Amino acid sequence: MSDITKQSLTELIENIKNKKLSSTDVTKAFIDRSEKSEELNAYITNDFTSALDKAKKFDQKPNLNLKLPGIPMAVKDLFCTKDIKTTAGSKILNNFVPTYESTVTENIWNEGAILLGKLNCDEFAMGSSNETSFFGNVQSPIDKNLVPGGSSGGSASAVAGQLTPVTIGTDTGGSIRQPASFTGIVGLKPTYGSCSRYGIVAFASSLDQAGPMAQNVKDCALLHEVISSYDSKDSTSIDFKRNNYSKELTNNIKGKKIGIPKEYRVDGMPKEIEDLWQKGIQYVKDCGAETIDISLPNTSYALPTYYIVAPAEASSNLARYDGVKYGFRAKGENLIDMYEKTRSEGFGAEVQRRIMIGTYVLSSGYYDAYYLKAQKVRKLIKNDFDEAYKKVDAILTPSTPSSAFKIGEKTNDPVSMYLNDIFTVPVNLAGLPGISIPAGHDSKGYPLGLQIIGKAFDEQNILNIAYAMEEKINFKNKITDWWIK
Amino acid sequence: MSKEDSEYLINRKDNQYEVVIGLEVHAQVLSESKLFSTSATKYGAEPNTQVSLVDAAFPGMLPVINEFCVKQAIRTGIGLNAKINKRSVFDRKNYFYADLPQGYQISQFKDPIVGEGKVILDMPNGQKEVGIERLHLEQDAGKSIHDLDPQNTFVDLNRSGVALMEIVSKPDLRSPDEVNAYIKKLRSIMRYLGTCDGNMQEGSLRADVNVSVRPKGSKEFGTRCEIKNVNSIKFMQMAIEYEANRQVDLIEEGKTIDQETRLFDTKKNETRSMRSKEDAHDYRYFPDPDLLPLEVSEKFIEELKNDIPELPDDKKKRFIEEFKLSPYEANILVSDIDTAKYFEEVVAKMGKNKDIKLAVNWITGELFAVLNSKALEISQSPVSAKNFAILINLIKNGTISGKIAKTVFELMIDGDKDPQKIVEEKGLKQQSDPKALEALIDKIINDNREKAIEYKQGKEKLFGFFVGQAMKASGGKANPQLINEILKKKL
Repeated sequence: MSDITKQSLTELIENIKNKKLSSTDVTKAFIDRSEKSEELNAYITNDFTSALDKAKKFDQKPNLNLKLPGIPMAVKDLFCTKDIKTTAGSKILNNFVPTYESTVTENIWNEGAILLGKLNCDEFAMGSSNETSFFGNVQSPIDKNLVPGGSSGGSASAVAGQLTPVTIGTDTGGSIRQPASFTGIVGLKPTYGSCSRYGIVAFASSLDQAGPMAQNVKDCALLHEVISSYDSKDSTSIDFKRNNYSKELTNNIKGKKIGIPKEYRVDGMPKEIEDLWQKGIQYVKDCGAETIDISLPNTSYALPTYYIVAPAEASSNLARYDGVKYGFRAKGENLIDMYEKTRSEGFGAEVQRRIMIGTYVLSSGYYDAYYLKAQKVRKLIKNDFDEAYKKVDAILTPSTPSSAFKIGEKTNDPVSMYLNDIFTVPVNLAGLPGISIPAGHDSKGYPLGLQIIGKAFDEQNILNIAYAMEEKINFKNKITDWWIK
Repeated sequence: MSKEDSEYLINRKDNQYEVVIGLEVHAQVLSESKLFSTSATKYGAEPNTQVSLVDAAFPGMLPVINEFCVKQAIRTGIGLNAKINKRSVFDRKNYFYADLPQGYQISQFKDPIVGEGKVILDMPNGQKEVGIERLHLEQDAGKSIHDLDPQNTFVDLNRSGVALMEIVSKPDLRSPDEVNAYIKKLRSIMRYLGTCDGNMQEGSLRADVNVSVRPKGSKEFGTRCEIKNVNSIKFMQMAIEYEANRQVDLIEEGKTIDQETRLFDTKKNETRSMRSKEDAHDYRYFPDPDLLPLEVSEKFIEELKNDIPELPDDKKKRFIEEFKLSPYEANILVSDIDTAKYFEEVVAKMGKNKDIKLAVNWITGELFAVLNSKALEISQSPVSAKNFAILINLIKNGTISGKIAKTVFELMIDGDKDPQKIVEEKGLKQQSDPKALEALIDKIINDNREKAIEYKQGKEKLFGFFVGQAMKASGGKANPQLINEILKKKL
C-alpha cells in the first residue's frame, strides 16, 4: 500500500486489527517517508532501526487489544525518552540521554505504539516559529520557507507532512494550537492537570501541558484518551474521571451554547481571519448549536501577563542547566566563570531573553509590580471565563491572528512574534482546554484554524464540537510534497 | 562584663550594653526519606548513593511532598505551643551553587506551615519565655568538598533535598547562657517528639545567630549581624561573646555597625565579614509552580495533637507532683528523653515499696558517672533499668548497704548482671542478725579493752573506731545502723 502514510490513525489501527497491514508495513512506510523528508528538518533524533525491530517484534505476537497496536509515532523532543537523546531543542542538552521515560510517552508505549524519533521544537519550547531550535528551523509541508509555527513546529510539520500518523506536543501559550493552525491539522491543549508533566522538560510549570496533534478530531480524541492520566509523580496532576474520549465522541451538539467573545476582534486582524470566524459561527449554527455574544473583558492583558509569568517560571526552571551535572559544559576559570560561559554558549538568544525577563520580574523591588500583579491579572482572566461559562458551554475564536509567515520574517521582532499567541495564551493562563481545528485557507492557500475553548475537564465537549464542525468544514490540507525530490 | 542580678551586660567606662540575640535553627527532620523525593536520608552513607533524579534535578523531574515530613513539622509546631497554619506555600529561593542542583531551594517564605509559638527556659534565676516567630519546611542543599583535590571541588548530593525545619526565634535571648538553654530546650522537645535527633556533630541541628547590642534600658534594637551556620553550642556562645564585644567597641568608638552576614572562625575565635547588606543575594522568591499550596485540615491537626507524647515541661511538672522531686532533680531527669525514660522504667520496676529519692540519687550519681567515664548515652547504659531497680530495692530493703551496693554496681556493669545474683554469689548480703552482730561486737570490745575504757572516760570520737572495726570484721556487710545501736548499748 503506497498510501499508508496518508491514512489517519483510526484507519491504520483498523487495518492493523484486520491484519490488512502489519505494524512493520506501517512503520516502514513512515520511516521511508521520514527519510525522504530531511529537508523539513522535523526530526532532531531518529530511532528508525529500533522502531523497525519493535514493529517486527510486535507483529510476531500482536496484541490487538491495545489502543495503539503497533502504531509508529514520533514525539516532540521535550519529552524525556529512556535511552534516547532528549534535547529540548537546545545545545545545552545536546548530549543528554535520560534514564527515564515521561509519563505521557510511557502511556503511549504501554498502548502498543512504537517510537520513531524525536521531533524538532523551539529551544525549551520558547518560540512561535520553530526558529529558536539549536537544530535549525523546521520547514512547513505547506510551503517552502514557511514556518510551521511553534514551539511544536517539528510535531506539526511531521503530522501535516505525514512523517508520523499522530504526535504529541506541549502547549505553554499556544505551542500546540498555533502550529496546528499553521499546518492545517488538529491540536488539543488539555485542561491543566489532565496530562502528567513528569518527564517533560519544563518551560513554565503552571502553564505547560502536553497534548495530541493529529490529522482529524477522532485521532486527536483517541490519542488524548491514551495520554491523559492521573499521576502521583506530578503534584499538579488532577485525579478526575477521564472519558473514553474517542468512544464517546459525537457530532450531536444540538442546543449547545457557544460563546463569541468580542474582545478577540483585535485591532489590525486580517479580514480573512474575521471571515473565517464568521464562517465558524455559521458552521456551529448549522450543527444546531446556538451562539451567544460574550465578553472576556481582561483579554487584552493576557499577553503581557503571560510574558511575565512564563519567563519568571522559566528563569527558575532553567537554572538547573548549569554545566555541573549533565548536558553541555564550557570550560571556565572557576565555578562562576564556568556557569557564565556554559549558559551563554549553551542557551540561544530567545531563551536568554526570557531568562533575563524572568529574572527581572522576580527581582526584589520589581516583584510586586510585575510578578504579583501578573498573578492577580491571571486570576481576573480566569474569572472572565468562569463568568462566561455561566452562560455558555464553550467559546469559539480564531486560533491565530494570521496565517503562517515566512522563515526569518519575524525573527528580529520578538514582540510581533509574541503577538501570535494572543488568542491561545488566555486559555493557558486560565488552565482550560482548547482545541484548534483547520477551518479554511487564506488567500495564499495557507491553512487557518479555529479554536474552541472549553470548561475545565470538559475536553469531551470541545472534541464533540470540533468533530461536528469538522464534518461541516470538510477541510482538505493542500500538501504538495514540495520537499520530496 | 558583669553579672548584676545575673544579667549579662557588657561594660565600657560608664556605659552598659545589653545583648539581643535571635536564632534561626535548622533542624533536620527525622524521616526515612527526603522532603520531595523517596531517597534515603541515612547519615554517613557513601557519597552520592542516596540521590534520586529529583534530588539531582534532572530535566522534567518534579517534587512530591513527603507527608511524613509535614506531620513532623506540625508535631514540632505543637511542641512549640505554636499556631499551625492550615494553608502554607512552598516557594523557590533562587541562587546558583554547585551543590544546589535545581538552582533553587524549595522553602517557605511568606506562608510558613507553623506560626508564632513559645518555649520556656529554666534559668538559674527563674523561668524565661522565648517567643517563636515561625517554623517552616525547606530542602537542605548538598555538600561541596573542597579539600579532596587541589583543582576540583567534589559534590555529594546525599543531603540534597533532605527536609529541614527552620525554627526562627524572636529576638528574646539576652545572653550566651540563654542561647545554650534555648538550644538545649529545642533539642529536648524535638527528641521527645522524635522529629529531629538533635545531633549537632552530624549537622542535624545548626543555627544562624543574629546578634545586636543596645544601651541597657533602651527599647530600640541596634543593627544586627547574622553569624552563619555555627554548629556547636560552645561556638555559638563564643561567637556571640566576640560579636557583641566587637559591636560595643564600634559604638564606643563612635562608629556604626553595618548590617551584614558574618562567619565565625573557630580557630581564631572571631567573626569576620562574609557579605554586606548591599551584596546580599536577591533570592527572587516566588511560589513553586510545581507544588500546590499545602493544605491541612483541622482534623488532621487534631489527630496529630492527640498523638503528642508528654513533653519535658509537663513531665517535669508531673515528676515534681507525683514523685516529690525537687525542680532541680526533675529538670535533670526530663531534659533528655532517654534519661526520663530510664528513670520512669526504674520507677516502674521498683514495684510498690520504692525509694524514688534513692533511685534519683543513684541515677544522677553512680549511673551518670559510669556513662560519663565510658562516654555512653543513657540509651546505651550497661546496666538495664530493670537490674538498676533491683539494686535500689536491695538497698532500700536493707539487703545490702549503700557501700556494698557500689561494689555490686561495679560488678553489674560487665554484662548487665542481676544484682541479686551477685549479692548471693559473692555473699555480700548485709548482716542484720542482732545476735551475730552482738557476738562480733563483744569480741571487738574484748580485743580493745583499753580503747573501750578511754571511750567511757569521754573520748567519744573513738566510737567511729569501733564502728570501723565492726564493719571490717564483717567484711563490710554488717548493717551499719544495727552496729551503731549495739555499740551504743554495749560500750
